[in-house]
Amino acid sequence: MFKKIRYVMAIETAKCVGCGACVFACKQENDVPVGFARDWVEQEVHGTYPVLSMENRSQRCQHCDRPPCVYACPTGASHVGPGGITLVDGDLCTGCKACIAACPYDARYVTSRGVVDKCTFCAHRVAQGMEPACVAVCPTSCLHFGDANDPNGEVAGLLATRRHRRQKTHLGTEPQLYWLD
Amino acid sequence: MSAKHAFSRRTFLSLSAAVAASAAAWPALRPARPVRGSILEPGMTATHSFCEICFWKCGIDVWKNAEGRVVQITGQAGHPLSNGRLCPRGTGGMGQLYDPDRIRQPMLRRGDTWQTVSWDEALGFTAERMQALKARHGAESMATITHGTGAGFIRHLMQAYGASTFSAPSYAQCRGPRDVAFELTFGAGAGSPEITDIENATFMVFLGTHLGENMHNTQVQEFARAVGRGTELVVVDPRFSVAAGKARYWLPIKPGTDLALLLAWMRLLLDEGTYNKPFVERHCVGLEPLRAALTPYTPEWAYTQTGIDPAVIREIGRKLGMHGPTALIHPGRRTNWYGDDTQRVRAVAILNALLGNWGHRGGFFSGHRINLGKVATPPYPPTRKALDALARRHWPLADEIPTQFLRDHTLAGDDPAIKGWMVYGTDLLNNIPDKDKTIATLKSLELLVVIDVLPIELTGWADVVLPEATYLERYDDLHAPTWKVPYVALRQPVVEPLYDSKPAWWMARQLGRRLGLDAWFPWNDVEEYLQARLRTAGLSLAELRRDGTHVQQAPPPYTDAPRFNTPSGKVELFSTRLKALGFDPVPVFTPPSEAPPGFFRLLIGRAPVHSFGRTTNNRVLGELMPENVLWVNAIAAREFGLAPGQAVRLVNQDGVRSRPIKVKVTERIRPDCVYMVHGFGRDTEKMAFANGRGTADNDLLTRVHTDPIMGATSTNTNFVTIERKASA
Repeated sequence: MFKKIRYVMAIETAKCVGCGACVFACKQENDVPVGFARDWVEQEVHGTYPVLSMENRSQRCQHCDRPPCVYACPTGASHVGPGGITLVDGDLCTGCKACIAACPYDARYVTSRGVVDKCTFCAHRVAQGMEPACVAVCPTSCLHFGDANDPNGEVAGLLATRRHRRQKTHLGTEPQLYWLD
Repeated sequence: MSAKHAFSRRTFLSLSAAVAASAAAWPALRPARPVRGSILEPGMTATHSFCEICFWKCGIDVWKNAEGRVVQITGQAGHPLSNGRLCPRGTGGMGQLYDPDRIRQPMLRRGDTWQTVSWDEALGFTAERMQALKARHGAESMATITHGTGAGFIRHLMQAYGASTFSAPSYAQCRGPRDVAFELTFGAGAGSPEITDIENATFMVFLGTHLGENMHNTQVQEFARAVGRGTELVVVDPRFSVAAGKARYWLPIKPGTDLALLLAWMRLLLDEGTYNKPFVERHCVGLEPLRAALTPYTPEWAYTQTGIDPAVIREIGRKLGMHGPTALIHPGRRTNWYGDDTQRVRAVAILNALLGNWGHRGGFFSGHRINLGKVATPPYPPTRKALDALARRHWPLADEIPTQFLRDHTLAGDDPAIKGWMVYGTDLLNNIPDKDKTIATLKSLELLVVIDVLPIELTGWADVVLPEATYLERYDDLHAPTWKVPYVALRQPVVEPLYDSKPAWWMARQLGRRLGLDAWFPWNDVEEYLQARLRTAGLSLAELRRDGTHVQQAPPPYTDAPRFNTPSGKVELFSTRLKALGFDPVPVFTPPSEAPPGFFRLLIGRAPVHSFGRTTNNRVLGELMPENVLWVNAIAAREFGLAPGQAVRLVNQDGVRSRPIKVKVTERIRPDCVYMVHGFGRDTEKMAFANGRGTADNDLLTRVHTDPIMGATSTNTNFVTIERKASA
């Protein structure tokens, strides 16, 4: 039976050094204005000197299966695209920021033109069989993108064999960024 | 609607049907219109080249849009150092190309003012003054200080002119101690790029090496693969670096005591007989004298120096022995820390030798390179190399002239008198300690020629400033280093030089003509030069322009019959050469000096989005990191009453005050140290973005120990206290 395509990102935080190459690559590929970013790096440190741990995370829109931004959008600008990619149609966006209030992952911003923007998983590249710009640039290869429903695909393999977690699952948003342990 | 929002809802609906009908892995997501700036935007073209934002020289693809503007830089797929991936600095390289503060025209000093002039006038002036200097004091009175790929052309010019004094701060202010130590031990340096097989190591020790913050692309790629595979990592660093965050063992060592730790590990390997006996028997000399010299260095003794639990020292030492030749003690790169650095890195080299990892998979690989021929020119005029000899009188194994020595010698006016400096791509006021002395020297020069892209502070002292085209606007010499696979990469212009800037090769060629040195330039255009060199390897420029990089097949870069270019032809565990010169033939530990009460040891390092001062004015990169901050341990911050983000000044042991810097309160550093990223604190309005952002560590480096073996100047020997008021 044909299975729907479900684009996800699986991220190996153990490899990530938090260098920010993903941020620059995204900004250039998507012409993101100065002062904004569609992806960013979080560095979380636990403990007190000298017993410490650290995790680096390349963050972006989680392309939720149950996206609160889409539910909150009064105009239909925020919508779910093919493969489950959450997108914003700038033509329909009025800049009301309901989606920003609804997003638990702080993934959206308002551009100077007054419309909301965010990560698209580089849908325009994916359409051409390319990886998102952040995935392509990453010196550590810690980002993996693909169809989780393709049993022969890389991400399906990673999700099947590696322990993973997602963020804020208690909110029921079904985020599609998987953090591999 | 902007092109950023590439999908309209209508398109989505029609696409959904297409998706349902297709079982392809990638559905036909078609954007309603091209995404602006994307490499998929119509009219976008890519040019292959290699990067110059740092010295790693990764292959890049530079993307130009239909208007001819460089909008993206990505990793070149076929280049062995980038493998299609790129670090943040390289990705933001166009920030240098489009830096509005670039030097736009040649400039001449006229009394107290600058005059912008034509190239004809600038080069005419330079050549005339160089000739005058030669006539008055001899060609050897002109010294050359360089860094970067274009330097080769400038050095060639200056050698043809008859100059004999060449220096680069990348020696005594960076990797010199490491290279000398490895030469002494193995008869070969650790290379650039380093010949470390990180990817295949099963156990690694980093001493201060902060890969991940230090973004040498290939090393980071290999490091991540190793981490992903579960390679055990030991990070010895007073700071909880990103690498430490991935380590099985983080050893927050007392700064300056790494040698004690290394000696204890060596002794443990010998005591327990877990060193690589076949390798040592076959390839090393001096085992017994080494063993004898190591007697005092037990883990318990090392604990008293380093503060590291002897049980942990033992545990790691045993693991080193267990992993043997696939364990790697990383040689580091910038190793001028305490003034006894050659001996510390000697210990790194000896420990690696005891593991037997030279030439071994997972150790130091035995690389390949394409040997490109040179373009034939007459021999250079004979010179006395007087300053090299003088430098060696101070530091017997200085195989380059330490730049601070060139400065001191110039200022003192000692024989042979140095009256002129040709400076290419070298940020001397931010990388040589004792800035006041450097300024006094600059004032004393009869001729200072500065070639640079940006109006760095140094240009303010020049007689003539020659604006160089950036790496995206110029050809440079070919790059064919020793690596796992042999390759040659091309740098070629992506866009025409902006403003009135010119490539180094062009300046060298033109000055060559004006100085009557045409015989040394049997080419008019760099393309002829490159073509001639490529021909020697059976390659063509057209081919390389198309492919960017030419990679050759080669056997795996490992050998079980390594050769050592040392006096004994073997790895020298005990160095007879050092002994003959009166130095310790086996490293001997001396404790570092202690901070006065209320002072912290000042440590410096790197950040992933910057290459020292070269990028701090790069507005693309600056968006992510516009300034450096001062790392202060949380307990120390409490004691000093410091709040996160508070601006403070540092005052060093000699009373030198820094410019303001903001505090980062963190658990990630020892309470007795503070840390900042090098390269910030620009002090010139001409670099409008960087000016006044953050603090220059170099201002605070007034207490310098010089490595007695090769002349490197220490950085970590300075102590600072924190002044809570940032106002003047």
